Amino acid sequence: MAKITFITSSNEKITVAATEGSVMELAVNNNVQGIDGDCGGVCSCATCHVFVAPEDVDKVGVASEIETDMLELADDANEYSRLCCQIPVTDAIDNVVFTVAK
Amino acid sequence: MCTSKDICVIIGASHAGVNTAFNLRKEKWLGKIILIDADPELPYHRPPLSKTYLTANTSTTNLLKPVESYKKDNITLLLGKKVTRLDAVNRCLFLDNETKIYYTKLVLATGAKPIIPTIEGLKETASYFCLRTAADIVAIKESYNASKTKKVVIIGGGYIGLETAASLKKIGAEVVVLERESRILKRVATAVISDFFRDLHTQNGVQILENKEVSKVENTLENGVKVTKVHCTDASYFTAEVLILGVGVVPNKKLAKQAGLKLKNGISVANTGETSNLNIYAVGDCAYHYNLHYKTYVRLESVQNAVDQSKIIAANICGNPLMYNTIPWFWSDQYNVKLQIVGLAENYTDYIVREEQDKENVISVWYFNNDELLAVNAINHTKAYVIGTKFIKESKKIAKEKLADTSIPLSKDIAVVN
Repeated sequence: MAKITFITSSNEKITVAATEGSVMELAVNNNVQGIDGDCGGVCSCATCHVFVAPEDVDKVGVASEIETDMLELADDANEYSRLCCQIPVTDAIDNVVFTVAK
Repeated sequence: MCTSKDICVIIGASHAGVNTAFNLRKEKWLGKIILIDADPELPYHRPPLSKTYLTANTSTTNLLKPVESYKKDNITLLLGKKVTRLDAVNRCLFLDNETKIYYTKLVLATGAKPIIPTIEGLKETASYFCLRTAADIVAIKESYNASKTKKVVIIGGGYIGLETAASLKKIGAEVVVLERESRILKRVATAVISDFFRDLHTQNGVQILENKEVSKVENTLENGVKVTKVHCTDASYFTAEVLILGVGVVPNKKLAKQAGLKLKNGISVANTGETSNLNIYAVGDCAYHYNLHYKTYVRLESVQNAVDQSKIIAANICGNPLMYNTIPWFWSDQYNVKLQIVGLAENYTDYIVREEQDKENVISVWYFNNDELLAVNAINHTKAYVIGTKFIKESKKIAKEKLADTSIPLSKDIAVVN
């Protein structure tokens, strides 16, 4: 079980728990504003862009080459950017905080 | 603008319809929102149907939104209900010839339906399947699981047919794809892409046969097993226990026709999504619209088009004038290959193929109309897709000799230096 917190662009803080699926699915299932996941989670649309809290980067891991390339389509991407459809929910990301990109 | 007494009815609850409903709330639509679909399933993602949904052991669909979201946004879902008549004069429609529903604004997100080709004996063949709904895929899975020979014939070598072939191969099927044209994907891609996917499927053990026009199908017994014999015009034949049709779709225009709307290859809409009736909008696969970037009329069957148009029409319905102006994009996943497409390649004058050095199966095809980049087809090459997207959006010129030179890694430096 991983407890995950999303902070939306309107500063709403949503903490939810899950054991499986992707972080994108978790966000969509909990109405987290700003996470659309239009392509259904296959790293094709870049509508699930989040920023990982700097202290959580090691827990979450780094983006693959495809994901890194796709992130270039997001104007505000930085070193903490991830497409959260590519982050599986596991115990390893317990207590991680994601800030949703605008 | 809108009041709490207004009612927006949306017919069709797939990507276009569902996103329109939620975007209406974002745009502060105060009235009722009624979302209707003949499909009884809670609205789901369609692209995975021919991919992961087909290979998964579960019949649980990948939902577009959880059921709670509809409640939270006060969207009334009427699923498993068919709109049988539309009366645009009195602004009402009928569900299953009974229930009458009035609307202030109506959105037609009626999508498209599979083409059933006129093939002798097809109507009498009870066991053929289309590829459109979750129920179609469940039926294919059941039929496949019950089959003894695991022989599948797919008529049509477009994206959906090929994705289905790859998925069924993955779960052990013996698959033959019959394409009528001289090459698979002929309608949507150049020969380079067709050749790549033909090789990919062949390497994976799927038989891709082109110039194969099916003339007749018949039920017969082969070694005591009930099979369908699929005959082609060149006198060859193939047997299948599971026969699948993937020969394309036609837009659902029946209700639009009843409403007297202007029709073309789809329901004609302005860049606001408005049809020829100011209270009726059309969105998604069924909408024949003008693409501002390419200055051409198109009807697109894609998630991108459905999602992006839904934002525009929701805004316009709520009195916020926005024009649809996007560069189309698409994707297809087959085996472990990712194809990403940006732009419309129609009317290209020339193209450049880039095969990255020292990397297997990393290919991009760049389509031009003289100096203008029209589209990029990227195979396992997201960087090419992303750079292409930016160059098309910004109408930036490319130095073709730099693009063609694979000794230089692909980067934004392919731009023409002024």
